[in-house]
Amino acid sequence: MNRRHVKKKISTTVGRIYATLLFLFFYAPVVVMIVYSFNNSRANIVWQGFTTKWYTKLFHDSMLWEIFGKTLLIAVIATIIGVVLGTVGAVGLKNAKFKGKKLIMNSIYFPLVIPEIVLAVATLLVFNMGHIGLSMGTIVIGNATLVLPYVYITVKARLVGMDPSIEEASLDLGADRFYTFMHITLPAIMPGVMAGAFMAFSLVLDDLIVTSFLANAETTTLPMKVYSMIKKGVSPEINALTTIIFGVCAVAIAAYLIKDLITSIRIARKRANAM
Amino acid sequence: MTKTSDVVPETPVVKKKHKDKKSFKARLSSFIMCAPISLWSVLFILLPMVLLAFMSFMTKGALGRIVYKFTLENYAEMFKPVYFTVIKQSLLIAFWTTLLTVLLGYPLANFIASVKKKTSGILTVLLMLPLWVSGLVILFSFVILLNSSGIINTFLMNIGLIKEPLDLLYNNFAVIIGMLYMFLPFAVLPMYSSIEKLDKGLIEASKDLGAGPVKTFLKVTLPLTSPGIFAAVILTFIPCIGYYMVTDMLGGGTSMMVGNLIYRQFTISRDWPFGAALAMVLAIVILLMVFIYTKLGGDLDDLGA
Repeated sequence: MNRRHVKKKISTTVGRIYATLLFLFFYAPVVVMIVYSFNNSRANIVWQGFTTKWYTKLFHDSMLWEIFGKTLLIAVIATIIGVVLGTVGAVGLKNAKFKGKKLIMNSIYFPLVIPEIVLAVATLLVFNMGHIGLSMGTIVIGNATLVLPYVYITVKARLVGMDPSIEEASLDLGADRFYTFMHITLPAIMPGVMAGAFMAFSLVLDDLIVTSFLANAETTTLPMKVYSMIKKGVSPEINALTTIIFGVCAVAIAAYLIKDLITSIRIARKRANAM
Repeated sequence: MTKTSDVVPETPVVKKKHKDKKSFKARLSSFIMCAPISLWSVLFILLPMVLLAFMSFMTKGALGRIVYKFTLENYAEMFKPVYFTVIKQSLLIAFWTTLLTVLLGYPLANFIASVKKKTSGILTVLLMLPLWVSGLVILFSFVILLNSSGIINTFLMNIGLIKEPLDLLYNNFAVIIGMLYMFLPFAVLPMYSSIEKLDKGLIEASKDLGAGPVKTFLKVTLPLTSPGIFAAVILTFIPCIGYYMVTDMLGGGTSMMVGNLIYRQFTISRDWPFGAALAMVLAIVILLMVFIYTKLGGDLDDLGA
Protein backbone atom coordinates (compact mmCIF):
# COMPACT_ATOMS: atom_id res chain seq x y z
CA MET A 1 0.00 0.00 0.00
CA ASN A 2 2.77 2.36 0.95
CA ARG A 3 4.69 1.56 -2.20
CA ARG A 4 1.66 2.37 -4.29
CA HIS A 5 1.34 5.67 -2.49
CA VAL A 6 4.99 6.56 -3.17
CA LYS A 7 4.61 5.53 -6.81
CA LYS A 8 1.56 7.73 -7.18
CA LYS A 9 3.37 10.67 -5.63
CA ILE A 10 6.28 10.22 -8.04
CA SER A 11 3.98 10.08 -11.06
CA THR A 12 2.16 13.27 -9.98
CA THR A 13 5.49 15.06 -9.56
CA VAL A 14 6.67 13.90 -12.97
CA GLY A 15 3.35 15.05 -14.45
CA ARG A 16 3.73 18.44 -12.79
CA ILE A 17 7.27 18.93 -14.08
CA TYR A 18 6.21 17.87 -17.57
CA ALA A 19 3.22 20.22 -17.60
CA THR A 20 5.39 23.08 -16.34
CA LEU A 21 7.89 22.50 -19.15
CA LEU A 22 5.18 22.51 -21.79
CA PHE A 23 3.59 25.63 -20.35
CA LEU A 24 7.05 27.25 -20.47
CA PHE A 25 7.10 26.41 -24.17
CA PHE A 26 3.69 28.05 -24.58
CA TYR A 27 4.46 31.16 -22.58
CA ALA A 28 8.10 31.83 -23.56
CA PRO A 29 6.98 33.38 -26.88
CA VAL A 30 4.33 35.38 -25.03
CA VAL A 31 6.96 36.78 -22.67
CA VAL A 32 9.22 37.56 -25.64
CA MET A 33 6.32 39.29 -27.37
CA ILE A 34 5.68 41.45 -24.28
CA VAL A 35 9.36 42.23 -23.59
CA TYR A 36 10.02 43.15 -27.22
CA SER A 37 7.19 45.66 -27.19
CA PHE A 38 9.74 47.75 -25.26
CA ASN A 39 12.49 47.19 -27.83
CA ASN A 40 14.18 50.25 -29.25
CA SER A 41 14.33 48.87 -32.79
CA ARG A 42 12.06 49.29 -35.75
CA ALA A 43 12.62 45.80 -37.22
CA ASN A 44 12.30 44.21 -33.77
CA ILE A 45 14.40 41.12 -34.34
CA VAL A 46 17.39 41.96 -32.14
CA TRP A 47 17.19 43.70 -28.75
CA GLN A 48 18.45 47.31 -28.96
CA GLY A 49 17.54 48.77 -25.59
CA PHE A 50 14.52 49.69 -23.49
CA THR A 51 11.96 52.24 -24.57
CA THR A 52 8.27 52.93 -24.04
CA LYS A 53 8.01 55.02 -27.18
CA TRP A 54 6.00 52.38 -29.06
CA TYR A 55 3.16 52.69 -26.57
CA THR A 56 3.15 56.46 -26.96
CA LYS A 57 3.32 56.06 -30.71
CA LEU A 58 0.53 53.49 -30.64
CA PHE A 59 -1.87 55.90 -28.97
CA HIS A 60 -1.26 58.49 -31.64
CA ASP A 61 -1.26 56.10 -34.59
CA SER A 62 -4.68 56.80 -36.02
CA MET A 63 -4.12 54.43 -38.94
CA LEU A 64 -3.45 51.45 -36.72
CA TRP A 65 -6.48 52.24 -34.55
CA GLU A 66 -8.59 52.47 -37.66
CA ILE A 67 -7.37 49.02 -38.71
CA PHE A 68 -8.00 47.70 -35.22
CA GLY A 69 -11.48 49.21 -35.21
CA LYS A 70 -12.29 47.66 -38.56
CA THR A 71 -11.01 44.26 -37.35
CA LEU A 72 -13.20 44.52 -34.25
CA LEU A 73 -16.23 45.56 -36.30
CA ILE A 74 -15.82 42.62 -38.68
CA ALA A 75 -15.36 40.25 -35.75
CA VAL A 76 -18.47 41.55 -33.94
CA ILE A 77 -20.76 41.39 -37.00
CA ALA A 78 -19.49 37.98 -38.16
CA THR A 79 -19.85 36.62 -34.62
CA ILE A 80 -23.42 37.92 -34.32
CA ILE A 81 -24.40 36.36 -37.67
CA GLY A 82 -22.66 33.09 -36.83
CA VAL A 83 -24.22 32.94 -33.37
CA VAL A 84 -27.78 33.73 -34.53
CA LEU A 85 -27.62 31.31 -37.46
CA GLY A 86 -25.94 28.57 -35.40
CA THR A 87 -28.19 28.89 -32.36
CA VAL A 88 -31.53 29.16 -34.15
CA GLY A 89 -30.40 26.51 -36.63
CA ALA A 90 -29.30 24.03 -33.97
CA VAL A 91 -32.64 24.37 -32.16
CA GLY A 92 -34.64 24.21 -35.41
CA LEU A 93 -32.79 21.30 -36.98
CA LYS A 94 -33.09 19.22 -33.83
CA ASN A 95 -36.78 18.45 -34.34
CA ALA A 96 -37.36 19.29 -37.99
CA LYS A 97 -37.92 16.71 -40.67
CA PHE A 98 -37.37 17.63 -44.31
CA LYS A 99 -35.69 16.36 -47.42
CA GLY A 100 -31.99 17.12 -47.53
CA LYS A 101 -31.75 17.70 -43.79
CA LYS A 102 -28.88 15.26 -43.51
CA LEU A 103 -26.98 17.04 -46.28
CA ILE A 104 -27.47 20.40 -44.56
CA MET A 105 -26.42 19.04 -41.17
CA ASN A 106 -23.30 17.47 -42.63
CA SER A 107 -22.41 20.54 -44.63
CA ILE A 108 -22.39 22.66 -41.47
CA TYR A 109 -19.32 20.68 -40.35
CA PHE A 110 -17.48 21.42 -43.61
CA PRO A 111 -15.85 24.72 -42.57
CA LEU A 112 -14.54 22.93 -39.48
CA VAL A 113 -13.04 19.90 -41.18
CA ILE A 114 -11.72 21.24 -44.47
CA PRO A 115 -8.56 23.37 -44.36
CA GLU A 116 -9.36 27.05 -44.05
CA ILE A 117 -7.62 27.86 -47.32
CA VAL A 118 -10.00 25.54 -49.20
CA LEU A 119 -13.00 27.34 -47.73
CA ALA A 120 -11.38 30.68 -48.54
CA VAL A 121 -10.75 30.00 -52.23
CA ALA A 122 -14.11 28.26 -52.68
CA THR A 123 -15.96 31.25 -51.20
CA LEU A 124 -13.91 33.58 -53.37
CA LEU A 125 -15.13 31.65 -56.41
CA VAL A 126 -18.78 32.28 -55.46
CA PHE A 127 -18.28 36.05 -55.31
CA ASN A 128 -16.07 36.07 -58.38
CA MET A 129 -18.38 34.03 -60.58
CA GLY A 130 -21.43 35.86 -59.25
CA HIS A 131 -19.73 39.18 -60.11
CA ILE A 132 -20.03 40.39 -56.55
CA GLY A 133 -17.28 42.85 -55.67
CA LEU A 134 -15.16 42.13 -52.61
CA SER A 135 -15.83 44.34 -49.61
CA MET A 136 -16.10 44.22 -45.85
CA GLY A 137 -19.39 42.41 -46.40
CA THR A 138 -17.69 39.51 -48.17
CA ILE A 139 -15.15 39.24 -45.32
CA VAL A 140 -18.01 39.10 -42.83
CA ILE A 141 -19.83 36.40 -44.83
CA GLY A 142 -16.69 34.25 -45.09
CA ASN A 143 -15.91 34.56 -41.39
CA ALA A 144 -19.50 33.91 -40.31
CA THR A 145 -19.37 30.69 -42.34
CA LEU A 146 -16.03 29.79 -40.78
CA VAL A 147 -17.34 30.08 -37.21
CA LEU A 148 -20.82 28.64 -37.83
CA PRO A 149 -19.88 25.01 -36.96
CA TYR A 150 -18.32 26.03 -33.62
CA VAL A 151 -21.50 27.76 -32.48
CA TYR A 152 -23.67 24.96 -33.86
CA ILE A 153 -21.69 22.28 -32.00
CA THR A 154 -21.60 24.03 -28.63
CA VAL A 155 -25.32 24.84 -28.78
CA LYS A 156 -26.16 21.30 -29.91
CA ALA A 157 -24.24 19.92 -26.94
CA ARG A 158 -26.38 22.01 -24.56
CA LEU A 159 -29.59 20.92 -26.30
CA VAL A 160 -28.73 17.26 -25.78
CA GLY A 161 -28.56 17.82 -22.04
CA MET A 162 -31.89 19.67 -21.95
CA ASP A 163 -35.14 18.09 -20.79
CA PRO A 164 -37.60 18.36 -23.74
CA SER A 165 -40.61 18.19 -21.43
CA ILE A 166 -39.95 21.76 -20.23
CA GLU A 167 -40.46 23.09 -23.74
CA GLU A 168 -43.53 20.91 -24.19
CA ALA A 169 -44.94 22.15 -20.91
CA SER A 170 -44.51 25.75 -22.05
CA LEU A 171 -46.28 25.01 -25.35
CA ASP A 172 -49.06 23.10 -23.61
CA LEU A 173 -49.60 25.99 -21.24
CA GLY A 174 -50.38 28.20 -24.19
CA ALA A 175 -47.09 29.95 -24.91
CA ASP A 176 -46.28 30.25 -28.58
CA ARG A 177 -43.10 28.91 -30.21
CA PHE A 178 -41.34 32.27 -30.22
CA TYR A 179 -42.12 32.95 -26.55
CA THR A 180 -41.01 29.42 -25.65
CA PHE A 181 -37.76 29.85 -27.57
CA MET A 182 -36.97 33.20 -25.96
CA HIS A 183 -37.99 32.32 -22.39
CA ILE A 184 -37.40 28.58 -22.06
CA THR A 185 -34.98 27.26 -24.66
CA LEU A 186 -32.61 30.19 -24.93
CA PRO A 187 -31.89 30.58 -21.19
CA ALA A 188 -31.25 26.84 -20.95
CA ILE A 189 -28.74 26.77 -23.80
CA MET A 190 -27.17 30.16 -22.96
CA PRO A 191 -23.85 28.74 -21.67
CA GLY A 192 -23.42 26.94 -25.00
CA VAL A 193 -24.32 30.07 -26.94
CA MET A 194 -21.82 32.13 -24.95
CA ALA A 195 -19.05 29.54 -25.34
CA GLY A 196 -19.70 29.42 -29.08
CA ALA A 197 -19.75 33.21 -29.31
CA PHE A 198 -16.46 33.50 -27.46
CA MET A 199 -14.81 30.90 -29.65
CA ALA A 200 -16.20 32.55 -32.80
CA PHE A 201 -15.09 36.03 -31.79
CA SER A 202 -11.51 35.00 -31.03
CA LEU A 203 -11.31 33.03 -34.27
CA VAL A 204 -12.48 35.93 -36.45
CA LEU A 205 -10.28 38.43 -34.61
CA ASP A 206 -7.19 36.40 -35.46
CA ASP A 207 -8.27 35.19 -38.88
CA LEU A 208 -5.94 35.77 -41.78
CA ILE A 209 -6.69 33.20 -44.46
CA VAL A 210 -10.40 33.70 -45.16
CA THR A 211 -10.12 37.44 -44.56
CA SER A 212 -7.21 38.07 -46.91
CA PHE A 213 -8.82 36.10 -49.73
CA LEU A 214 -12.12 37.95 -49.42
CA ALA A 215 -10.79 41.46 -48.80
CA ASN A 216 -10.55 44.14 -51.46
CA ALA A 217 -7.43 46.24 -51.93
CA GLU A 218 -8.59 48.96 -49.51
CA THR A 219 -9.50 46.78 -46.56
CA THR A 220 -6.79 45.75 -44.12
CA THR A 221 -7.33 43.93 -40.84
CA LEU A 222 -4.86 43.59 -37.98
CA PRO A 223 -3.73 40.04 -38.88
CA MET A 224 -3.30 41.16 -42.51
CA LYS A 225 -1.19 44.11 -41.33
CA VAL A 226 0.94 41.81 -39.18
CA TYR A 227 1.36 39.36 -42.03
CA SER A 228 2.52 42.11 -44.39
CA MET A 229 5.33 42.89 -41.94
CA ILE A 230 6.73 39.44 -41.29
CA LYS A 231 9.44 39.59 -43.93
CA LYS A 232 10.96 42.84 -42.72
CA GLY A 233 10.16 42.38 -39.03
CA VAL A 234 6.95 43.05 -37.13
CA SER A 235 6.95 46.55 -35.64
CA PRO A 236 7.13 46.74 -31.81
CA GLU A 237 4.01 48.86 -32.06
CA ILE A 238 2.09 45.71 -33.00
CA ASN A 239 3.65 43.97 -30.02
CA ALA A 240 2.50 46.86 -27.83
CA LEU A 241 -1.05 46.55 -29.12
CA THR A 242 -1.06 42.76 -28.68
CA THR A 243 0.39 43.15 -25.19
CA ILE A 244 -2.50 45.45 -24.26
CA ILE A 245 -5.07 42.98 -25.68
CA PHE A 246 -3.34 40.15 -23.84
CA GLY A 247 -3.37 42.18 -20.61
CA VAL A 248 -7.10 42.91 -20.93
CA CYS A 249 -7.86 39.22 -21.53
CA ALA A 250 -5.66 38.09 -18.64
CA VAL A 251 -7.23 40.61 -16.24
CA ALA A 252 -10.74 39.58 -17.30
CA ILE A 253 -9.96 35.91 -16.72
CA ALA A 254 -8.25 36.62 -13.40
CA ALA A 255 -11.22 38.71 -12.24
CA TYR A 256 -13.56 35.89 -13.18
CA LEU A 257 -11.45 33.36 -11.26
CA ILE A 258 -11.19 35.59 -8.19
CA LYS A 259 -14.96 36.16 -8.21
CA ASP A 260 -15.39 32.39 -8.40
CA LEU A 261 -12.97 31.88 -5.52
CA ILE A 262 -14.73 34.45 -3.32
CA THR A 263 -18.11 32.83 -3.98
CA SER A 264 -16.81 29.40 -3.06
CA ILE A 265 -15.22 30.76 0.13
CA ARG A 266 -18.53 32.42 1.04
CA ILE A 267 -20.43 29.19 0.46
CA ALA A 268 -17.94 27.26 2.54
CA ARG A 269 -18.26 29.82 5.35
CA LYS A 270 -22.05 29.70 5.25
CA ARG A 271 -21.92 25.94 5.48
CA ALA A 272 -19.55 26.13 8.42
CA ASN A 273 -21.87 28.61 10.15
CA ALA A 274 -24.92 26.47 9.52
CA MET A 275 -23.19 23.58 11.20
CA MET B 1 -57.88 0.35 -13.28
CA THR B 2 -61.17 0.62 -15.10
CA LYS B 3 -61.13 4.35 -14.77
CA THR B 4 -57.84 4.74 -16.61
CA SER B 5 -58.80 2.37 -19.39
CA ASP B 6 -61.92 4.44 -19.83
CA VAL B 7 -59.85 7.50 -20.49
CA VAL B 8 -57.33 5.87 -22.78
CA PRO B 9 -59.49 5.45 -25.90
CA GLU B 10 -60.49 9.05 -25.69
CA THR B 11 -57.03 10.60 -25.64
CA PRO B 12 -55.91 9.73 -29.17
CA VAL B 13 -58.89 11.59 -30.57
CA VAL B 14 -58.19 14.68 -28.52
CA LYS B 15 -54.49 14.50 -29.29
CA LYS B 16 -55.04 14.14 -33.00
CA LYS B 17 -57.28 17.15 -33.16
CA HIS B 18 -54.80 19.08 -31.08
CA LYS B 19 -51.96 18.00 -33.34
CA ASP B 20 -53.74 18.90 -36.55
CA LYS B 21 -54.46 22.36 -35.30
CA LYS B 22 -50.91 22.86 -34.15
CA SER B 23 -49.39 21.19 -37.14
CA PHE B 24 -49.40 24.17 -39.49
CA LYS B 25 -48.08 26.54 -36.85
CA ALA B 26 -45.47 24.03 -35.75
CA ARG B 27 -44.35 23.47 -39.31
CA LEU B 28 -44.20 27.18 -39.98
CA SER B 29 -42.06 27.84 -36.94
CA SER B 30 -39.87 24.88 -37.77
CA PHE B 31 -39.43 26.30 -41.28
CA ILE B 32 -38.57 29.74 -39.94
CA MET B 33 -35.93 28.26 -37.68
CA CYS B 34 -34.39 25.93 -40.25
CA ALA B 35 -34.48 28.17 -43.30
CA PRO B 36 -31.69 30.63 -42.44
CA ILE B 37 -29.02 28.07 -41.59
CA SER B 38 -30.07 25.84 -44.51
CA LEU B 39 -29.98 28.72 -46.98
CA TRP B 40 -26.63 29.87 -45.62
CA SER B 41 -25.17 26.36 -45.87
CA VAL B 42 -26.34 25.98 -49.45
CA LEU B 43 -25.10 29.41 -50.54
CA PHE B 44 -21.81 29.64 -48.69
CA ILE B 45 -20.74 26.05 -48.05
CA LEU B 46 -22.23 23.71 -50.67
CA LEU B 47 -22.25 26.13 -53.61
CA PRO B 48 -18.60 27.12 -53.05
CA MET B 49 -17.55 23.47 -53.00
CA VAL B 50 -19.45 22.77 -56.22
CA LEU B 51 -17.86 25.79 -57.90
CA LEU B 52 -14.44 24.70 -56.64
CA ALA B 53 -14.92 21.29 -58.24
CA PHE B 54 -16.13 22.97 -61.44
CA MET B 55 -13.17 25.36 -61.54
CA SER B 56 -10.69 22.53 -61.06
CA PHE B 57 -11.67 21.13 -64.48
CA MET B 58 -11.35 24.45 -66.35
CA THR B 59 -8.49 25.58 -68.55
CA LYS B 60 -6.06 28.34 -67.72
CA GLY B 61 -5.99 31.07 -70.35
CA ALA B 62 -3.49 33.84 -71.00
CA LEU B 63 -2.83 36.46 -68.27
CA GLY B 64 -4.58 34.48 -65.58
CA ARG B 65 -7.89 34.34 -67.43
CA ILE B 66 -10.08 31.31 -67.11
CA VAL B 67 -11.19 29.51 -70.27
CA TYR B 68 -14.37 27.54 -69.67
CA LYS B 69 -13.26 24.35 -71.39
CA PHE B 70 -13.12 20.95 -69.69
CA THR B 71 -9.67 19.53 -68.98
CA LEU B 72 -7.97 17.08 -66.63
CA GLU B 73 -4.68 18.92 -67.08
CA ASN B 74 -4.82 20.54 -63.62
CA TYR B 75 -4.85 17.21 -61.88
CA ALA B 76 -2.09 15.81 -64.07
CA GLU B 77 0.06 18.85 -63.33
CA MET B 78 0.32 17.88 -59.67
CA PHE B 79 2.50 14.96 -60.59
CA LYS B 80 5.14 17.23 -62.06
CA PRO B 81 8.27 16.89 -59.92
CA VAL B 82 8.18 20.55 -58.78
CA TYR B 83 4.73 20.21 -57.29
CA PHE B 84 5.04 16.63 -56.22
CA THR B 85 8.02 17.58 -54.02
CA VAL B 86 5.88 20.22 -52.30
CA ILE B 87 3.07 17.73 -51.72
CA LYS B 88 5.51 15.16 -50.37
CA GLN B 89 7.16 17.72 -48.13
CA SER B 90 3.88 19.00 -46.71
CA LEU B 91 2.76 15.49 -45.94
CA LEU B 92 6.07 14.90 -44.19
CA ILE B 93 5.88 18.10 -42.12
CA ALA B 94 2.23 17.42 -41.29
CA PHE B 95 3.11 13.87 -40.31
CA TRP B 96 5.90 14.90 -37.91
CA THR B 97 3.84 17.73 -36.45
CA THR B 98 0.90 15.40 -35.86
CA LEU B 99 3.06 12.67 -34.34
CA LEU B 100 4.84 15.09 -31.99
CA THR B 101 1.54 16.78 -31.11
CA VAL B 102 -0.02 13.50 -30.03
CA LEU B 103 3.10 12.24 -28.23
CA LEU B 104 3.61 15.52 -26.35
CA GLY B 105 -0.07 16.34 -25.95
CA TYR B 106 -1.32 13.04 -24.56
CA PRO B 107 0.70 13.16 -21.31
CA LEU B 108 -0.35 16.79 -20.85
CA ALA B 109 -4.00 15.88 -21.43
CA ASN B 110 -3.55 13.07 -18.92
CA PHE B 111 -2.10 15.48 -16.37
CA ILE B 112 -4.90 18.01 -16.87
CA ALA B 113 -7.44 15.22 -16.39
CA SER B 114 -5.73 14.06 -13.18
CA VAL B 115 -5.91 17.34 -11.25
CA LYS B 116 -8.94 18.87 -9.52
CA LYS B 117 -11.81 19.89 -11.80
CA LYS B 118 -11.33 23.59 -11.11
CA THR B 119 -7.57 23.46 -11.74
CA SER B 120 -8.07 21.62 -15.00
CA GLY B 121 -10.48 24.35 -16.09
CA ILE B 122 -7.87 27.01 -15.35
CA LEU B 123 -5.17 25.01 -17.12
CA THR B 124 -7.21 24.66 -20.32
CA VAL B 125 -7.92 28.40 -20.34
CA LEU B 126 -4.20 29.12 -19.84
CA LEU B 127 -3.40 26.72 -22.64
CA MET B 128 -5.67 28.48 -25.13
CA LEU B 129 -5.06 32.06 -24.01
CA PRO B 130 -2.01 32.85 -26.22
CA LEU B 131 -3.84 31.64 -29.32
CA TRP B 132 -7.01 33.51 -28.40
CA VAL B 133 -5.06 36.74 -28.16
CA SER B 134 -3.11 36.54 -31.42
CA GLY B 135 -1.39 33.49 -32.74
CA LEU B 136 0.20 35.39 -35.56
CA VAL B 137 1.99 38.04 -33.50
CA ILE B 138 3.11 35.51 -30.92
CA LEU B 139 4.38 33.25 -33.70
CA PHE B 140 6.72 36.04 -34.73
CA SER B 141 8.38 35.69 -31.31
CA PHE B 142 9.93 32.50 -32.65
CA VAL B 143 11.85 34.60 -35.17
CA ILE B 144 13.24 36.62 -32.25
CA LEU B 145 13.98 33.46 -30.26
CA LEU B 146 15.50 31.30 -32.98
CA ASN B 147 17.43 33.59 -35.37
CA SER B 148 21.22 33.36 -35.58
CA SER B 149 21.75 36.32 -33.23
CA GLY B 150 18.53 35.55 -31.36
CA ILE B 151 17.87 34.81 -27.72
CA ILE B 152 18.58 31.08 -27.76
CA ASN B 153 21.78 31.28 -29.82
CA THR B 154 23.11 34.23 -27.78
CA PHE B 155 22.41 32.36 -24.57
CA LEU B 156 24.07 29.14 -25.73
CA MET B 157 27.12 31.06 -26.95
CA ASN B 158 27.40 33.05 -23.74
CA ILE B 159 27.47 29.96 -21.58
CA GLY B 160 30.07 28.51 -23.96
CA LEU B 161 28.06 25.53 -25.11
CA ILE B 162 28.46 26.44 -28.78
CA LYS B 163 30.93 28.62 -30.70
CA GLU B 164 28.98 29.16 -33.91
CA PRO B 165 25.29 30.03 -33.87
CA LEU B 166 23.02 27.10 -34.68
CA ASP B 167 20.77 27.20 -37.73
CA LEU B 168 17.46 27.14 -35.91
CA LEU B 169 15.40 29.39 -38.13
CA TYR B 170 14.25 29.25 -41.75
CA ASN B 171 14.18 25.47 -42.03
CA ASN B 172 11.74 22.62 -41.45
CA PHE B 173 12.74 22.39 -37.78
CA ALA B 174 11.44 25.91 -37.15
CA VAL B 175 8.29 25.15 -39.16
CA ILE B 176 7.51 22.10 -37.04
CA ILE B 177 8.13 24.06 -33.81
CA GLY B 178 5.77 26.79 -35.03
CA MET B 179 3.12 24.27 -36.10
CA LEU B 180 3.38 22.51 -32.73
CA TYR B 181 2.83 25.83 -31.01
CA MET B 182 -0.26 26.58 -33.10
CA PHE B 183 -1.93 23.16 -32.93
CA LEU B 184 -0.90 21.44 -29.70
CA PRO B 185 -3.44 23.33 -27.54
CA PHE B 186 -6.29 22.42 -29.90
CA ALA B 187 -5.19 18.79 -29.93
CA VAL B 188 -4.95 18.52 -26.15
CA LEU B 189 -8.65 19.36 -25.67
CA PRO B 190 -10.26 16.27 -27.30
CA MET B 191 -7.65 13.98 -25.74
CA TYR B 192 -8.34 15.55 -22.35
CA SER B 193 -12.09 15.08 -22.72
CA SER B 194 -11.73 11.41 -23.71
CA ILE B 195 -9.35 10.71 -20.81
CA GLU B 196 -11.71 12.50 -18.44
CA LYS B 197 -14.67 10.40 -19.61
CA LEU B 198 -12.68 7.21 -19.00
CA ASP B 199 -14.09 5.04 -16.22
CA LYS B 200 -11.31 4.96 -13.62
CA GLY B 201 -12.76 1.72 -12.26
CA LEU B 202 -11.59 -0.11 -15.38
CA ILE B 203 -7.98 0.87 -14.72
CA GLU B 204 -8.26 -0.22 -11.10
CA ALA B 205 -9.80 -3.50 -12.23
CA SER B 206 -7.01 -4.12 -14.71
CA LYS B 207 -4.39 -3.45 -12.02
CA ASP B 208 -6.17 -5.61 -9.47
CA LEU B 209 -6.25 -8.44 -11.97
CA GLY B 210 -2.47 -8.31 -12.14
CA ALA B 211 -1.73 -6.26 -15.25
CA GLY B 212 1.22 -3.88 -14.94
CA PRO B 213 0.91 -0.18 -15.70
CA VAL B 214 2.28 -0.61 -19.24
CA LYS B 215 -0.11 -3.43 -20.07
CA THR B 216 -3.02 -1.54 -18.51
CA PHE B 217 -2.18 1.50 -20.59
CA LEU B 218 -1.87 -0.43 -23.86
CA LYS B 219 -4.88 -2.70 -23.35
CA VAL B 220 -7.32 -0.47 -21.49
CA THR B 221 -6.51 3.24 -21.50
CA LEU B 222 -5.22 3.59 -25.05
CA PRO B 223 -8.10 1.79 -26.86
CA LEU B 224 -10.71 3.64 -24.81
CA THR B 225 -9.18 7.06 -25.44
CA SER B 226 -8.45 6.42 -29.13
CA PRO B 227 -11.37 8.59 -30.39
CA GLY B 228 -9.77 11.53 -28.59
CA ILE B 229 -6.41 10.73 -30.15
CA PHE B 230 -7.92 10.43 -33.62
CA ALA B 231 -9.72 13.76 -33.12
CA ALA B 232 -6.36 15.29 -32.18
CA VAL B 233 -4.80 13.84 -35.32
CA ILE B 234 -7.50 15.39 -37.50
CA LEU B 235 -7.30 18.73 -35.69
CA THR B 236 -3.56 18.88 -36.31
CA PHE B 237 -3.14 17.27 -39.69
CA ILE B 238 -5.89 19.22 -41.51
CA PRO B 239 -4.93 22.78 -40.66
CA CYS B 240 -1.22 21.93 -40.79
CA ILE B 241 -1.27 21.21 -44.54
CA GLY B 242 -3.27 24.30 -45.39
CA TYR B 243 -1.61 26.74 -42.98
CA TYR B 244 0.77 28.78 -45.10
CA MET B 245 1.72 31.44 -42.54
CA VAL B 246 4.01 29.28 -40.43
CA THR B 247 6.05 28.16 -43.45
CA ASP B 248 6.16 31.74 -44.73
CA MET B 249 7.36 33.10 -41.41
CA LEU B 250 9.68 30.41 -40.09
CA GLY B 251 10.45 28.23 -43.10
CA GLY B 252 13.31 28.64 -45.53
CA GLY B 253 13.03 29.24 -49.26
CA THR B 254 12.48 25.54 -49.86
CA SER B 255 9.92 24.87 -47.12
CA MET B 256 6.59 25.03 -48.84
CA MET B 257 3.29 23.47 -47.96
CA VAL B 258 0.33 22.73 -50.21
CA GLY B 259 -1.27 25.74 -48.53
CA ASN B 260 1.52 28.00 -49.83
CA LEU B 261 1.11 26.47 -53.27
CA ILE B 262 -2.65 27.14 -53.36
CA TYR B 263 -2.09 30.65 -52.03
CA ARG B 264 0.37 31.31 -54.88
CA GLN B 265 -2.04 30.09 -57.56
CA PHE B 266 -4.62 32.60 -56.40
CA THR B 267 -2.18 35.49 -55.96
CA ILE B 268 1.16 35.61 -57.78
CA SER B 269 0.73 32.87 -60.40
CA ARG B 270 -2.93 33.62 -61.09
CA ASP B 271 -3.71 30.05 -62.10
CA TRP B 272 -7.09 29.57 -60.46
CA PRO B 273 -7.98 26.23 -62.08
CA PHE B 274 -4.77 24.63 -60.83
CA GLY B 275 -5.24 26.18 -57.38
CA ALA B 276 -8.81 24.85 -57.33
CA ALA B 277 -7.59 21.36 -58.28
CA LEU B 278 -5.05 21.43 -55.43
CA ALA B 279 -7.73 22.59 -53.01
CA MET B 280 -10.06 19.84 -54.24
CA VAL B 281 -7.49 17.12 -53.63
CA LEU B 282 -6.80 18.52 -50.17
CA ALA B 283 -10.52 18.59 -49.37
CA ILE B 284 -11.08 15.04 -50.63
CA VAL B 285 -8.15 13.59 -48.67
CA ILE B 286 -9.38 15.26 -45.53
CA LEU B 287 -13.03 14.29 -45.99
CA LEU B 288 -11.84 10.72 -46.42
CA MET B 289 -9.96 10.96 -43.11
CA VAL B 290 -13.02 12.40 -41.41
CA PHE B 291 -15.17 9.66 -42.89
CA ILE B 292 -12.86 6.98 -41.44
CA TYR B 293 -12.92 8.83 -38.12
CA THR B 294 -16.73 8.74 -37.94
CA LYS B 295 -16.77 5.10 -39.04
CA LEU B 296 -14.39 4.28 -36.19
CA GLY B 297 -16.94 5.74 -33.81
CA GLY B 298 -15.55 9.26 -33.58
CA ASP B 299 -17.94 12.14 -32.99
CA LEU B 300 -17.68 15.17 -35.29
CA ASP B 301 -18.76 17.36 -32.40
CA ASP B 302 -15.52 16.55 -30.58
CA LEU B 303 -13.63 18.40 -33.30
CA GLY B 304 -15.19 21.73 -32.47
CA ALA B 305 -15.03 21.99 -28.71
